[in-house]
Amino acid sequence: MSLVQKSQLKSLWVLHYDCGSCNGCDIEVLAALTPKFDAERFGIVNIGNPKQADVLLVTGPANRRNQTVLRNLYEQMPEPKLVIAVGTCGCTGGVFHNCPNVLGGVDKVIPVDVYIPGCAVRPEQIIDAVVLALDKLAGKAPKEEE
Amino acid sequence: MDAASTLISLGLALATPIIGGVLAGFDRKLTARMQERVGPPLLQPFYDVIKLWAKKPMIASSLQPVLAFGYLGFALIAAGLVTFRQDLLLVLFVTAIADICLTVAALSAKSPYSYLGARREFLSMLSYEPVMLLAYVAIFLVTGSFTVQGVLDYGMPLLLVIPAALVALQLVLVVEMKKSPFDVSGSGHAHQELVRGVYTELSGYTMALVEVGHWAKVATTLMILSLFWAPNPVIGAAIALAMFVVTLVIDNSYPRLTWQKMLRTTWALGFTLIVLNIAFLALGGVI
Repeated sequence: MSLVQKSQLKSLWVLHYDCGSCNGCDIEVLAALTPKFDAERFGIVNIGNPKQADVLLVTGPANRRNQTVLRNLYEQMPEPKLVIAVGTCGCTGGVFHNCPNVLGGVDKVIPVDVYIPGCAVRPEQIIDAVVLALDKLAGKAPKEEE
Repeated sequence: MDAASTLISLGLALATPIIGGVLAGFDRKLTARMQERVGPPLLQPFYDVIKLWAKKPMIASSLQPVLAFGYLGFALIAAGLVTFRQDLLLVLFVTAIADICLTVAALSAKSPYSYLGARREFLSMLSYEPVMLLAYVAIFLVTGSFTVQGVLDYGMPLLLVIPAALVALQLVLVVEMKKSPFDVSGSGHAHQELVRGVYTELSGYTMALVEVGHWAKVATTLMILSLFWAPNPVIGAAIALAMFVVTLVIDNSYPRLTWQKMLRTTWALGFTLIVLNIAFLALGGVI
């Protein structure tokens, strides 16, 4: 493994975007950064700037209002980049799936690499999803569930 | 100056980014321990910078790459001026040019966050540079020279003569390292109301260059602080490292203040401490 690839796997800066979630998943995203779970030990930092981020964590369903913002954020991130849809709403639209203003999951607007189902997701799942995304970045196929 | 010492000085100047990078890793580890976290590995800042370097360039303005190289270049020249025992005033001015490169890079992009960060960076410079200048004046009054060589030739540790100047320089270090409570111009962590302030529009390799330049700048400032115990470089380095740790303790104990309070604190406390120190020495007949 080259030094560049090793660095990419060891340093993942996260941009967290709330796409209209109920805040349940957002609380869990922030919980993953607290001392108990401490995502920074894997080099994961919540950077809050799309131009420097490697991973876009999206919570909540995509809707007609915020789809431009979501696409804009995605396009402002330089390659290589990953997108993680957090929570049932982010994956499929969840309880909002029939609403007239809701498009559905985040993947209706931007390509998604990893889906985390759950309402709300657990911080362990979020860290696990980021590790899965790392496998994808390294070119390895994601592990099968046993 | 013979060939061997020239080589050592050159090596030390070029090593400042590496020293600064290791210190940045130590900073993140220690900060994590203070917050009862495990924290990233010691070499984490290097992984970050290599990753940033490998990212696809996304340049917000054509001026930014030149200015990012300028920031690193001038920071290294400032480091070289210290290791070659040159004038401290020149070090201050060259560091200021490096800072101006960063602020102009931020101003060259059309972004309100970047613009606001750049203005606050100017205010940071305004708050610490006069204090630093006055500290150098105190060094001049004691040693009779503005040069690093003059401090080394003085013989006595400066800490015993001008201790208050070192306390004032502690404030300077907090501003220079962009730590709370004076991290008004741009910071990491969860302080995101400015996005990343002066760094907002930098991405990929320009951000990597600025990060390395910042390490060099911090290492240079720490080298200057270690001059306060010039007769024994080991004690000098220990003093600089202790001030680095104190900065981290301050960072983890205080919330961010406004720029008005930053300016007021650094000027009022910094100027008063150094002027009192000089007055005390003058009354005692030392200078």
